[in-house]
Parts: sequence; C-alpha cells; structure tokens
Amino acid sequence: MNSSMRKLLTIITEAALESVLAKDLEHLGPHGYTITDARGKGSRGTRNAAWGESSNIRIEVVCDAATAEAIASHLQITYYKNYAMILFMSDVSVLRPEKF
Amino acid sequence: MSTFDPVLLFFLLGLAAGLLRSELRLPAAVYELVSMLLLLSIGLKGGIELGKQPFGNLALQALAVMAMGTLLPLVAFPVLRFMGRFPRADAASIAAHYGSVSVATYAVATAYFASRQIEFEAHMPFLLAVLEIPAILVGIVLARGFSRDMRIGAIAHEALLGKGIVLLVGGLVIGWAAGAEGLTPMKPLFFDLFKGILALFLLEMGLITAAQFGSLRRYGLFLLLFGIGMPLFSSVVGIALGYGLGLSLGGTAMLAILAASASYIAVPAAMRISVPEANPTLSLAVSLGVTFPFNVIIGIPLYHAMAAKVFALTGG
Repeated sequence: MNSSMRKLLTIITEAALESVLAKDLEHLGPHGYTITDARGKGSRGTRNAAWGESSNIRIEVVCDAATAEAIASHLQITYYKNYAMILFMSDVSVLRPEKF
Repeated sequence: MSTFDPVLLFFLLGLAAGLLRSELRLPAAVYELVSMLLLLSIGLKGGIELGKQPFGNLALQALAVMAMGTLLPLVAFPVLRFMGRFPRADAASIAAHYGSVSVATYAVATAYFASRQIEFEAHMPFLLAVLEIPAILVGIVLARGFSRDMRIGAIAHEALLGKGIVLLVGGLVIGWAAGAEGLTPMKPLFFDLFKGILALFLLEMGLITAAQFGSLRRYGLFLLLFGIGMPLFSSVVGIALGYGLGLSLGGTAMLAILAASASYIAVPAAMRISVPEANPTLSLAVSLGVTFPFNVIIGIPLYHAMAAKVFALTGG
C-alpha cells in the first residue's frame, strides 16, 4: 500500500456561513470538501443546533499544504473578527493522492 | 382559562422547561418540518383568497405596507443609536428586525382571532410576505450607507430567497392556483392540524425564548424597554395604516400585529451575512426574549382592543 501525506483542514463555524464558505472554497482550489452539522460550546456560547440560528457546521478539506495555507489565511482575514470560527490542521495519509 | 388560548400554554410550557434547564428539546428536523408546515398553511390560506381580490386594491395595499416596512426601522434606528448608544451596525440590525415581521406571531394571532370569531381580510399572508423584505434592505443601508461595493445580487438573493419567503410565497401561489376546491384533499394536513402544529412549534419557541434570557440580562434595561415600547409604537402605525386603507376591524388589528412583531428568522440570517459586525445575540435577545412573548401574551389582545377603540370612536 503506497500512501502519501496531505493536510486535513477542519473548520468549525456558524451554519449561516455555509453557502458563502462553499463559494470561497470553490475559488481557493481544493478538489472537494465535506460539511457536517455540529454542535458544541466555545467562547461565543453554547451552539446547540436546536434551530437554524444556533447551529454550527464542520467543514473538512483534504488538500496539499499550500492550498491548506491559502484557505486558512483567507478565512482568518475574512471571518475571524466577526464570526464564531475555529480552524485546525493535521497531517493525514491518503491512498489516492491524485484525488486531493 | 377561557381568555387564554391553549396554544399559549404550550409556549409557557416550553418557556418554563427552558428556564428550569430541562432536557426537553424538539429535534432540529422536527422543528424545521413544523415551521415549514406553518409557513405553507399560512401561505395556502392566503393564496385561496388572493384570487378573489381586485389587483389594484392589492397593489395599493402592498405599496402601503412596504412603506411601513421602510419607515419602522428608520424610526427605530435613531432611538437605538442615540438613546441606547448602540454601535451603528447593532442599531441597524435591531432596527431591521423590528421593521420586518414574525410569522409565529401572526400564526398565534390567527388562532386567537379564530377562537373569537373575529373576521379579517384573508389575504393578509400576502401582506405578511410583502412586509418581510423592505426592512432587510433598509437595515443594510443603515449599517453600510449606499456604498458601491454593496453586492446587490447577493443581498437580493438573501432577502428574496430565504426559506421563509420561498415557502410563504410558494404557498400563496399554490393556494391561488389551486383554489379552495383543489386544496380540499390536503385540508387535513395543512388546515385541520394547524393548531396542533402551532402548539408544537410554540413549545420549541418557548425553549428558544428561554435561551435568550441569559444574554438579555447582560444587556440590560434599555433593550427590555425598547422590546416593549417599539411594538407599541409600531402597532399604532399599523392601526393608522389599516384604518386608512379601509380594512375591516379584524384586518386593522392584524396589520397592527404584523407591524408590532419583530422578525427572528429572515432578518437575522440576512444580517449575519450582510452586516457581520452586528452582534446577533443582541437582536435575537430583544426580538425573541422580549417582543415575541410580549406580543403573543399581551400584545395581540391589546392591539385588537386598540383597533376596536379607534373603530368605535370614529364610528367605522
């Protein structure tokens, strides 16, 4: 089995941003992304997903390091100030590198 | 308990459960479904009547209601900005909430009117849909000014294609196209179950309202006063407009209720995207934590009584 390393970028943010972020990601170059509903608690209070305004999403993107950096810096500049958003990166190994 | 509509008891149950930190919670998908059903049935009911109205009449009413939706945030904004000392973005966002409408408040009002056999113009949901939009645009302009980088397309998309508007307008169109006869097979779901669906919806509304109380405590007395004072003012504007348009007593009271209600779905979603620096906790705390409970418990009977007084005084 030959695997190669990619970055997994995970973004947790307000559901209100979903369509805007999806559009941003299209421009920033990753080949795909996965969005799931999420809930939790952080510095901006409890987000229990009981209704639209209080729900969170988790976006996961697997891509090369350069793209991950580009996405991270774009999000940081554009959204960190006014939106509840956290973002973290980890190394993952993938089996079909041409997909990412 | 004859003066108290049982659907309101569900609201109070949700409120109490929320305040006591009960585990109770409507699953998100159920809440979505219940609010979809409410929006559709309100739209359908209005649509059936829409065909019977002369077009000129409707256009005139729509224009008048749009003017009201523009005026109300323009009144609210300076009060929030200069008396409440809120930052510009927050003042604009809260003002937009109060210019728009709450479908939930309207739904409670229809239940209240129905149980008292108060007649009102049945095409009212059309005016409800019309009133949702202008305040969003006014709010964005108040926060931003007329700037060249205002992405009109994106804002219009947000304002016109929010799911609330799509369902409400969709219901109106379907109701108008199908007519009362055509909708008979769907009557059990959309019309007969209305009160039960409303009860479930209000249970969740109670829980959501209770969740706002914490942030309300942080922002204090001014918001509390605004959350009660603004709907009282708006209801007077609504009554004046309804009377001026020659609506019936029930219709005038209903227009007052629409004017007095504050949005908590369409406007927050639009503001979050278009005016991101506005604090969403603030506007939701006041519109959901103060104005919604005030309107459904005290406001609806009060505005109806005020409208009745005006009609009695003028012999209308």
